[in-house]
Amino acid sequence: MAATFYAQQSANRRNSVILALAVVVLLGILGFAIGYALTGDPVGAVGTTIVALVVGFLMSIGSYFAGDKLVLAASGAKPVDETTAPQLMNVVREMTIAANVPMPRVYLIEDTAPNAFATGRDPKHASVAITTGLLQKLDREELQGVIGHELAHVRNLDIRFTLLVGVMVGSIALLADFFLRFTFWGGGRRSRDRDSGGGGLQAVLFVVAIVLAVVAPIAARLVQLAVSRQREYLADASSVELTRNPAGLERALAKIATDKEVLEVANRATQHLYFTNPIKKFEERSNSMFATHPAIVDRINRLRELTGERPLDPADVAALTDLT
Amino acid sequence: MELLVVIVVLVVLAVFVIGIYNGLVGRRNRVDEALAQIEVQLKRRHDLIPNLVNAVKGYMGFEQKVLTDVTQARANAVAAGAQGVAAQAQAENMLTGTLRSLFAVVENYPELKANQNVLELQESLTTTENQISFSRQHYNATVLDYNNGIQTFPNLVFAGMFGFTKRDFFDAEPEAANVPNVDLSLS
Repeated sequence: MAATFYAQQSANRRNSVILALAVVVLLGILGFAIGYALTGDPVGAVGTTIVALVVGFLMSIGSYFAGDKLVLAASGAKPVDETTAPQLMNVVREMTIAANVPMPRVYLIEDTAPNAFATGRDPKHASVAITTGLLQKLDREELQGVIGHELAHVRNLDIRFTLLVGVMVGSIALLADFFLRFTFWGGGRRSRDRDSGGGGLQAVLFVVAIVLAVVAPIAARLVQLAVSRQREYLADASSVELTRNPAGLERALAKIATDKEVLEVANRATQHLYFTNPIKKFEERSNSMFATHPAIVDRINRLRELTGERPLDPADVAALTDLT
Repeated sequence: MELLVVIVVLVVLAVFVIGIYNGLVGRRNRVDEALAQIEVQLKRRHDLIPNLVNAVKGYMGFEQKVLTDVTQARANAVAAGAQGVAAQAQAENMLTGTLRSLFAVVENYPELKANQNVLELQESLTTTENQISFSRQHYNATVLDYNNGIQTFPNLVFAGMFGFTKRDFFDAEPEAANVPNVDLSLS
């Protein structure tokens, strides 16, 4: 079984690096295309490429140091300790020993929908937040499975990666948006001036840049989502490696899948952070390229693959996906 | 000239041996640290047990056997603390077994399951138990690393010379080593 974990881990790590590089390349190409289209000059284009990369870099630094506080505040998470949530703190402490990471800060979100997320820049500056609904609805073993999943995100440095890739995607969208607005309001006049001078190649490039500016944010988002889905599978596998109890996590997933509550504090900006996707009717479209998480049925079947069990029966699948 | 070559060779050899020695000391310290972590939790468990026994004693008039077993196993475990890792692991596994039967008996007493004090003690013992088992995994991993370190070439040439000896694993009880296989029923 150990070999399966390591194989899955290394495959996931490699793919994640490739996908992160793709986002950087996309940012560079977008910056260059916009610069070339606006100035008609490769030297100027290098300038905008550098600007694009610097903006991405600066935003990364900002989120690296403050992103976790932002996310926690946006979710209305309140810190807890041994006196206010003793069992939760006990479970987190157990799993930190298993994962060999320092004790993270622990937060509760006042919401009846069962869910959880981890954030921070490294294991020493990590936070784990869970909803009050999760604490009430799961038993101890199931809670262990979920906390194991979140601490796996911490240990594997997914939390840092998620913060940074989120910013990269954001800055690509920002840059593209800026360019589209600029051409709409100001650039139009300039291109007319140039038309009198007759710049055929530049006009073509201008169209290409507009197309890129529209397509790049979508492509970047797709990359981010692919990374996010991969990491969920890896965190599930790591959680089982830590707890040595696949049944707990499996029961937790099944319980959350059949829960009908909707997490009110989650939104499109934070949905990829959570244990399961918090947005309504997620399972219906979770196999699409735009999903942040794999479908829960797929996650359970992957867990069963790890332990050599048979996959879920059609009847079980129906019970899990019936959200009416 | 020959003298210079001899000196250079000696210095290189000394650096090599110092490197091996320091590496082994580092690994041995990690083993000691991991063991200390287990000891802290074992101590905590030993301290919690008399409280639990006192809390449930009044309720369980006719199941004294379970309580005396736990008390006896605890005394043995405390005594085994000085007898090396292997004996200690065995005594602690015995204690884990008796605690498990105590908790099973508690399930039969609704008043006990509603008692806040008992619930808190039970949660404390459960988390200590889990922490012990996770610490044990960590300790065994460091022991494996250390034992491999002193038994592989070229380290083994110097390990004996410097007094590095093999360490024992803190063995898990046989049934706890298996991953439980619970069927998911969604009826």
